[in-house]
Amino acid sequence: MVTAIMDKASANQAVQSNSQLQNDLILEVNNLEIFYGEKRAVNGISMDIEKNSVTALIGPSGCGKSTFLRSINRMNDLIPGARAVGEIIYEDLNILSEQIDVVALRKEIGMVFQKPNPFPKSIYENITHALKFSGIKKKSKLDEIVEESLKKAALWEEVKDRLHKSALSLSGGQQQRLCIARTIAMKPTVMLLDEPSSALDPISNSKVEDLIVDLKKEYSIIIVTHNMQQASRISDKTAFFLSGDIIEYDYTEKIFTNPSVKKTEEYISGRFG
Amino acid sequence: MNSKTADRIATGVFITIAIIIISILVGLFSYILVNGLKHVSLDFLTTPSSNVRAGGGIRDQLFNSFYILFITMLIALPLGIGGGIYMAEYAKPGKITDIIRSCIEVLASLPSIVIGMFGLLMFVNLTGWGYTILGGALALTVFNLPVIVRVSEDAIRAVPRDLKEASLALGITKWHTIKTVLLPSAFPSILTGAILAAGRVFGEAAALLFTAGLSTPRLDYANWNPFSPQSPLNIFRPAETLAVHIWSVNTQGLIPDVEEVSNGSAAVLVLSVLVFNLLARWIGSMIHKKVTASK
Repeated sequence: MVTAIMDKASANQAVQSNSQLQNDLILEVNNLEIFYGEKRAVNGISMDIEKNSVTALIGPSGCGKSTFLRSINRMNDLIPGARAVGEIIYEDLNILSEQIDVVALRKEIGMVFQKPNPFPKSIYENITHALKFSGIKKKSKLDEIVEESLKKAALWEEVKDRLHKSALSLSGGQQQRLCIARTIAMKPTVMLLDEPSSALDPISNSKVEDLIVDLKKEYSIIIVTHNMQQASRISDKTAFFLSGDIIEYDYTEKIFTNPSVKKTEEYISGRFG
Repeated sequence: MNSKTADRIATGVFITIAIIIISILVGLFSYILVNGLKHVSLDFLTTPSSNVRAGGGIRDQLFNSFYILFITMLIALPLGIGGGIYMAEYAKPGKITDIIRSCIEVLASLPSIVIGMFGLLMFVNLTGWGYTILGGALALTVFNLPVIVRVSEDAIRAVPRDLKEASLALGITKWHTIKTVLLPSAFPSILTGAILAAGRVFGEAAALLFTAGLSTPRLDYANWNPFSPQSPLNIFRPAETLAVHIWSVNTQGLIPDVEEVSNGSAAVLVLSVLVFNLLARWIGSMIHKKVTASK
């Protein structure tokens, strides 16, 4: 795993990180700062993210939670002028290091976006798109992974008879579960979900939520959400972001019943934000 | 004047403009077809042209037009689409990119006769090839490259950013994302651009006068050896295209049936462009449907 996401030549060099990674942690964030040009969007945050759990990031718009999420699989690289300082330790490696093979990293840390964004291809091809690229060519193997991923995403029963129809013919909720399925197909260890159900109707929303709770058995999930009920229903730990800082980070139950910071309570109870 | 009246006037103005455009188009089209089609016959399409006698056809010119179009597209499409990909995905915003973009715009506004003169210097004299199909195709490439680059760039930029992010987030490289996500989605727009460029190539005369020449050797259509001077496939032979033929019989033709030949040629030219457009669109939509799995 370690060498898989590193260029071999630079592997030794980058394992120098001093951090003591505990067994049950999947990610360790140390003094992470993120800039857009001159503007600082995230001000030196630190947090540990546990394995096989759901971590929710909440906070008002523009508080830096999505920016933070997108830095975990280096999607911010696509934004001209975006820059991250600090450490995000994954498998003993600093994700933010120049030597990281971003393509390999993104196979292990998958992402599902706010708006369902299936490719304008068939349902089947949406899932095999990345698999074929990573070298799986055998039809039987592909078929197997497609079925398995769609089953895990609770979509198989709805689409098994029309796998070769366009993914755009699915409803919004189905499209989002397809996007989750194609991420699952890559067998990531971490899944980043950026408000995955904010564009969905309530029924699709609850299906996606059930799915997330189910998925944490196998994956570590970090989810950005604006929906307080959602955060309290599905997450194990919750971090409250405000203006680029983490104000409070604790067990979800504690955050929602007895927060230690007043700002958190005000935000959760809807008094601002 | 209240806003309701203004709205009604605006609607009226735009309908009038549309009617004017359509009537010009229909008028021109029917004029060319009515005057030309009566001279078009199978005989006209299948006999070689004559320099002095009446009754010559346009067999070689018609073939040359399509062949030069094919060779031009073979060169211009990969270059143009490649340039578009570079401008849309790889070029970093800054001075150099701005200079490249200005160059492309200047190139796009060059008069075709100037490109013809440039072609004469470069592809005829400097290379020592003389008048050739390849020289003509290269001149036409210069002429069309800016349009194809521009259209491809715009088409790739118009693909929703979501799709690109989705592909990259799955651990797919940039090039593979361009190849399998961006280009298929941009395909319909790129195709439209290619068709427009093809229409320009097909109807172009000025750029070809000094590059592909005003004559065609005696062709033997049974000879498929591309290196033989009599072979229609030889790209190092002079080739007069249909558009050039229309120009040349009108300006220096010695044949008694100048009007019949040029009207007939014009009709064939217009119809060919039309058929070519429809065919390309049809094939394009078939490919697009297959790629996107939409019915």
